[in-house]
Amino acid sequence: MSDPILELKNVKTHFPVHRGLVFRRQVGTVKAVDGVSLAVQQGEVLGLVGESGCGKSTLARTILQLVPATEGTIVLAGRNLTAASAAEVKASRRALQMVFQDPYASLNPRMTVFAALAEPMLVHKICARAEVAGRVAELMKKVGLAPRFMKKYPHEFSGGQRQRIAVARALALQPKVIIADEPVSALDVSVQAQILNLLAQLVREMDLSLIFIAHDLSVVKHISDRIAVMYLGKIVELGRAADVIERPRHPYTRALVSAIPTPDPDAERARHRIVLAGDPPSPLNPPAGCAFHPRCRYAEEKCKAAVPPLERIADGREVACIRVEEIAGGGTA
Amino acid sequence: MPLLAVNDLRTYFHTRNGVHRAVDGVSFALEKGETVGIVGESGSGKSVTCYSIMGLVPQPPGRIESGTAMFDGIDLLRCPPRVARSIRGRRLAMIFQDPMTSLNPYLRISEQLIEPLIIHEKISKAAALRRGQEMLEAVGINDAAKRLHHYPHEFSGGMRQRVMIATALITRPELLIADEPTTALDVTVQAQILELIRRLQREFGMAVIFITHDLGVVSGLCDRVLVMYAGRIVESGDVRTIFYQPRHPYTRALQRSIPSTQPKGAELFTIPGLPPDLSRLPAGCAFAPRCESATDLCRRQDPALRELAPGHATACLRVQAGEI
Ligand SMILES: Nc1ncnc2c1ncn2[C@@H]1O[C@H](COP(=O)(O)OP(=O)(O)OP(=O)(O)O)[C@@H](O)[C@H]1O
Ligand SMILES: Nc1ncnc2c1ncn2[C@@H]1O[C@H](COP(=O)(O)OP(=O)(O)OP(=O)(O)O)[C@@H](O)[C@H]1O
Ligand code: SF4
Ligand SMILES: [Mg+2]
Ligand SMILES: [Mg+2]
Repeated sequence: MSDPILELKNVKTHFPVHRGLVFRRQVGTVKAVDGVSLAVQQGEVLGLVGESGCGKSTLARTILQLVPATEGTIVLAGRNLTAASAAEVKASRRALQMVFQDPYASLNPRMTVFAALAEPMLVHKICARAEVAGRVAELMKKVGLAPRFMKKYPHEFSGGQRQRIAVARALALQPKVIIADEPVSALDVSVQAQILNLLAQLVREMDLSLIFIAHDLSVVKHISDRIAVMYLGKIVELGRAADVIERPRHPYTRALVSAIPTPDPDAERARHRIVLAGDPPSPLNPPAGCAFHPRCRYAEEKCKAAVPPLERIADGREVACIRVEEIAGGGTA
Repeated sequence: MPLLAVNDLRTYFHTRNGVHRAVDGVSFALEKGETVGIVGESGSGKSVTCYSIMGLVPQPPGRIESGTAMFDGIDLLRCPPRVARSIRGRRLAMIFQDPMTSLNPYLRISEQLIEPLIIHEKISKAAALRRGQEMLEAVGINDAAKRLHHYPHEFSGGMRQRVMIATALITRPELLIADEPTTALDVTVQAQILELIRRLQREFGMAVIFITHDLGVVSGLCDRVLVMYAGRIVESGDVRTIFYQPRHPYTRALQRSIPSTQPKGAELFTIPGLPPDLSRLPAGCAFAPRCESATDLCRRQDPALRELAPGHATACLRVQAGEI
């Protein structure tokens, strides 16, 4: 395998938690991302899933250098961003772009589509001023928007069209990696399908790498080559998309997958569902040992003793559960 | 007699840009204990249909132009306000996507829970608090006696949703209207909430109207499904019929655009064009501009919702003519 385009080693992002207005003192640490290692190949789509608050967005923002990593290294196309100078980081940032959930919030309402797409190209001197209009038209066509809408403002577009503009803006700097944080969660089913098709097509045509964060596992499975499942700041399972969704191995992934409703009344009524008890624990005060143990139906005394490492199992995927071999089989049941 | 019978409901919004026909002739009925799902594109009138039943349409700009909503023989749209308020406060309940729209952040949960009991059932505060605690336990809140006295912000998102359900169900309503109550939640929390609704339904025999975008949720929860497009019901039937033998081109398109029904990585079906502008609806079938099967007749003649088989109705001229 060739060198990965993006490689994370033991990345941690911790936030101090303060109390008190006058005498601020630190009362704890939120370990939003707590030791994530993974590699993304060029042209690969990596899905990132997990409960609300498990650290997906924080991981994305850390990769993008929007929040500093507390520990660990992030290597993009051979350059270590965590050790680079500010100027180098700025240059590398071009190769990494982000698409957010809310196209309404991520586009400036007072900028026309033309301005929104031209601005990053001019700032980063991607092309001469005279060529900008041509490049903007090209980008718009690429994401399925007619260039004659160039002079319109975001509010004149539908939600799906705005998300296309956001994707075009991310593409303006010819990135190598795009991180899309819930890019279709706010969209209607039929519009969601358009954006998923668009992202898949761009990845194929431009040999882009995509980190795709979403709540909807059927969407993630559809678009991803591999899926990483996070729980409380850590990756607990990482493997080929079909393996992870069809034959989940980590007890948390099993519960997660069994909770996805399928649009098939007979199958839906026949299946066995693992309803997780309790709420996700607070990252301020994570349980000792395996953070999933208080909600895990397979937990034993030994699970509370040490944090299980993410280890490769027979079929090549990685799982962080010390009981994974003992509880093999059984699918999602 | 059905528990609720909505007939030819029309709710329009009168705005500067014209009259938006948000709900434009909706009829359906619901039996005791039945669960009906409402699906359809964003803006198709799912929420406004339910708001109309619950008396929550802001007037102006909204106006209920016509129709009846008979609940146990009483027309909620026309009966004296006092009667409507008493039914809506006690026998009907509605829950929303954002629990904070129905929970008051400044009041302890206890007060919000028991308010309807004190108003409508005139029981003592101590008895009401006991019921409140039982209800919190029923929705799976541990340590309910203590939790009862907390404020909404002291609960996590999923717990708040359960607290809202508890406040909605404390009067043991005969009908619960749920407007995307799980859309903002994790699938694991969603599974808890759906399980809870099913259980309470079994125990109290409550009927449910469940609005959602998620066809998976509908397939597991609902007995019957209404599919809405541009303010109308375009197809209705029992859940198996809607999923296994959908007939209306919009229902079929909707189903083909969700990833889980398609092979992995395959290009997803997309519906061309945009949803219609409700203030300038085209002549004929509102779906015609986006429909694969549309003919000239579809662009002239307005299709009515007609039964194809007992319990299965569709509003498509070509289906009704046996052409598709
Ligand atoms: N700037 C910050 N300061 C303190 N805590 C933070 C900060 N940003 C995030 N957190 C905390 O870090 C944890 C992870 O949050 P994050 O937003 O990454 O989760 P997520 O997986 O993206 O969740 P969601 O699915 O809801 O978007 C949460 O507990 C959050 O409250
Ligand atoms: N207060 C209002 N003023 C004007 N128009 C309104 C108002 N409330 C709703 N509408 C319009 O009524 C139509 C139906 O809206 P409704 O909220 O019922 O859609 P919905 O099917 O629930 O959509 P979603 O899936 O997005 O919740 C929309 O076109 C909307 O713009
Ligand atoms: S390590 Fe133990 S507690 Fe953690 S998931 Fe595996 S079985 Fe459950
Ligand atoms: Mg997030
Ligand atoms: Mg709605």
